[in-house]
Amino acid sequence: MSTPQIPTPLVKIENLTVRFRGAQTVHAVNGVSLTLEPGKVLGILGESGSGKSVTLKTLLRLLPESRTDIGGKVSVDGRDVLALNPQDLADYRGAVTSMIFQDPALALDPVYTVGEQIAEAIVRHEKTSMKAAMARALELLELVRIPSPARRLKAYPHEMSGGMRQRAMIALALAARPKLLLADEPTTALDATVQIQILLLLRQLQRDLDMGMLFVTHDIGVAVEVSDRLAVMYAGQIVETGTVRELIRDPQHPYTKGLLAANLHGAKKGERLEAIPGAPPALTEPPDACSFAPRCKFVQDRCRAALPPAVQLGEGRVVRCILAEQALVAAA
Amino acid sequence: MLKYLAKRILYVMPVAFGVSLFCFLLVHIAPGDPLTSVLPPDASQAMQDELRKIYGFDRPLPVQFGLWLMKALQGDLGTSIATGRPVAAEVWRAVGNTLLIAGLATVIGFLFGCLFGFVAGYFRGSYLDKFASMLAVLGVSVPHYWLGMVMVIVFSVQLGWLPPGGAGPGGSAAWIWNWEHVSYMILPAITMSVIPMGIIARTVRALVADILNQEFVPALRAKGLMDFGVFKHVVKNAAPTALAVMGLQLGYLLGGSILIETVFSWPGTGFLLGNAIFQRDLPLLQGTILLLAMFFVGLNVLVDILQGLLDPRVRRR
Repeated sequence: MSTPQIPTPLVKIENLTVRFRGAQTVHAVNGVSLTLEPGKVLGILGESGSGKSVTLKTLLRLLPESRTDIGGKVSVDGRDVLALNPQDLADYRGAVTSMIFQDPALALDPVYTVGEQIAEAIVRHEKTSMKAAMARALELLELVRIPSPARRLKAYPHEMSGGMRQRAMIALALAARPKLLLADEPTTALDATVQIQILLLLRQLQRDLDMGMLFVTHDIGVAVEVSDRLAVMYAGQIVETGTVRELIRDPQHPYTKGLLAANLHGAKKGERLEAIPGAPPALTEPPDACSFAPRCKFVQDRCRAALPPAVQLGEGRVVRCILAEQALVAAA
Repeated sequence: MLKYLAKRILYVMPVAFGVSLFCFLLVHIAPGDPLTSVLPPDASQAMQDELRKIYGFDRPLPVQFGLWLMKALQGDLGTSIATGRPVAAEVWRAVGNTLLIAGLATVIGFLFGCLFGFVAGYFRGSYLDKFASMLAVLGVSVPHYWLGMVMVIVFSVQLGWLPPGGAGPGGSAAWIWNWEHVSYMILPAITMSVIPMGIIARTVRALVADILNQEFVPALRAKGLMDFGVFKHVVKNAAPTALAVMGLQLGYLLGGSILIETVFSWPGTGFLLGNAIFQRDLPLLQGTILLLAMFFVGLNVLVDILQGLLDPRVRRR
């Protein structure tokens, strides 16, 4: 009976494209594929507008449906997320996948107490009484280590500090025991000292509760801290994936290299930080060449002629760059 | 909460004092002598002085104000120059009558205003929104005395469904709560409700649109709430402001619309105020304005307290 099974991925995104219609069409996500095993953490790293948050929101279908065209396939825990009907979608949201938002001051309803908001999610998914839900909300606040949780249960969001609000937001996200946690820059709106506490808490809860987690951030240090694997996004595409160690030790894509170089670690006082010149593209057209080519030090004619190939360097190690392909050919 | 309550009530004191001073002075600023309307045109100087003394108009203004305020605090607003009856009783009766139609008008206005506002806010940019917004603009901008006359022509004269005016078959003194009497309220109340309806609809539409744009709405969806669940949150977020607007509107309507009450011959405060002005009935005018102003102030306190109950953030301020 104990034949070793290949773990079925918790999240499987295949060739996802997201386009926003409007006065100007924006091609926010252009062919993203990724997988996440249960109980693992994938960090999605990218700058503003790289499509990382959009990819995350697609997993809960939180994008405004009337203005968004979504292509490709998204499955979470065996469900075809893009095909769920409204009732199934609502049952799925929160119970299978839940989300921690960037700014808890905005993502919590100001006129309900924290306890009421957590209990609401529990009652919604577990058909218990309000009283039992409140008791469980208290347990959740203890779980996220909020000081004097019984008092915080009756507190309104504006009565709490930023760090405490984010803890409450995490408790809310855990309310219906999800299998997948989406974290959309959960520490960006917080003080530096609180950031690390929240990161450690998230990492620990993820392990203790054995959840899969997709962690979106623009901060490479944060991504390294919490992730098992990393995916670097640029202009709506994943340009490089691998384990944290592989990406940090041996970055292949020029963009990843640039990101790592533009870091304070090892910087000398008085010396300019190495930055990537130029700005990301506007994304009004779908890419037909390497999107990074205009900013790339190693650009070749071929980069501007066609989309770069996805070069498989190893198990789960993919780089979208001609250089990697050439290196592979040279090595063979 | 108790501290908030005490603070609100304390804040009202200077406002109330200022309002009463203003009421008192207002009528003295206005041209014309109140005695000219009661005295015969050929009255002698001695007679004029005599009457002036009886009514206390011969004393310096601050003394007049002090005496008037002292009496007013004891519930005595003086006697009407025109009718000789106590002002307080006249005003209270009128307030009661106005309260009937103003209350009904506010309820109608609030219900329909909220309905239109929510629909418009939820389906922003749709034809439903345009239709609801058009009704709201119409409500704010249509001259209501004209609307009142049209209502009378259509529903009383042509269709004969409702009485055209007055406060019941036996007048307001013989008011009983039955259909025969209530039917007299309907036309003026509906005419009156058009203003608060329009204002509330516009406020609620902006509120709902604003709330739906906030980030906690996708967060509510992310935890699995469906439309009704989200709606509950929108309502609780919109309620404090909507209630405040409603309170203010009730305050305005309590002043009685002189025009509407005249069109429907409804013996309310507006009607009373109109008469007091035309007859230069100073004590009646002062009393009516003072009482209405106090109502307005009291209503504002009530709304503040309600807002504090509904929105925890208000309490902290």
